[in-house]
Amino acid sequence: MVIMTLDLIFFLVLSLIAIATALGMLLSRNAIYSALFLVLNFVTVAVFYLLLGAPFIAMSQITVYAGAIMVLFLFVIMLLGAESLPKAQVLPWQKPLAGFLAVALAIEATFLFITRARPPGDIAAPAETVNMVDSLREMGMMLFNQYLLPFEVTSILLLVAMVGAIVLIRREKRVH
Amino acid sequence: MVPINYYIILSAILFTIGALGVLIRRNALIIFMSVELMLNAANLAFVAFARAREVATGQAFFDGQIFVFFVIAVAAAEVAVGLALIVEIFKSKRSIDVDQMSSLKG
Repeated sequence: MVIMTLDLIFFLVLSLIAIATALGMLLSRNAIYSALFLVLNFVTVAVFYLLLGAPFIAMSQITVYAGAIMVLFLFVIMLLGAESLPKAQVLPWQKPLAGFLAVALAIEATFLFITRARPPGDIAAPAETVNMVDSLREMGMMLFNQYLLPFEVTSILLLVAMVGAIVLIRREKRVH
Repeated sequence: MVPINYYIILSAILFTIGALGVLIRRNALIIFMSVELMLNAANLAFVAFARAREVATGQAFFDGQIFVFFVIAVAAAEVAVGLALIVEIFKSKRSIDVDQMSSLKG
């Protein structure tokens, strides 16, 4: 019983951090602060993955998202020197309308998920007997048997994205 | 024990914050980060559902986690191309304000 409560407290504190960092990302005027808030958010989500018994996904989240993707973001922000935009004329009705639409979306999504998805109930904390090596081995077997084709398609997608990024960034040769 | 509904509500809230970011910010980089936040919210729901199914059936399922793995890979590809586009736009417009991007060429 005590462990259950601890679990719930842990979840609530972490979700508060996640929501606060997401709002910080949304509201800070400086793009670098936004990126750092987002890194914190990604790390929090990685801890959620650990709580849900998905250690491999948690580690990929930290290395790929918090590591690679956000470093790329920070690099581009600093490269462009685009930390903050100058004030420009803003449509006056845009923010209230966006807020209204967002609240509607949140209510609808929560309502639909809870009523239609018929979730099977509570989520226990990962058992203390969770064997990380075994779960990793099983996941790898699945990835390279059942999901081999999507895996290979992903590798082609990454190659295409790399070529695309290089072609886009490359300095154009003057024809004339 | 945490009810799965809590995870779903958290996922919905994070997704909404991401959508709000896309709607109200004009900085293309922040809009892009908000898209990443929405992807993350969806991933969280995936892993939560996978875990719930695991708890309900007492058997390990990795389908949800593998799907999240693919989403992460696709997000990495998307970020590479998207940031290249943003750099290119900045080179021609000297700004990444999305309100300025109103013409198709130049």
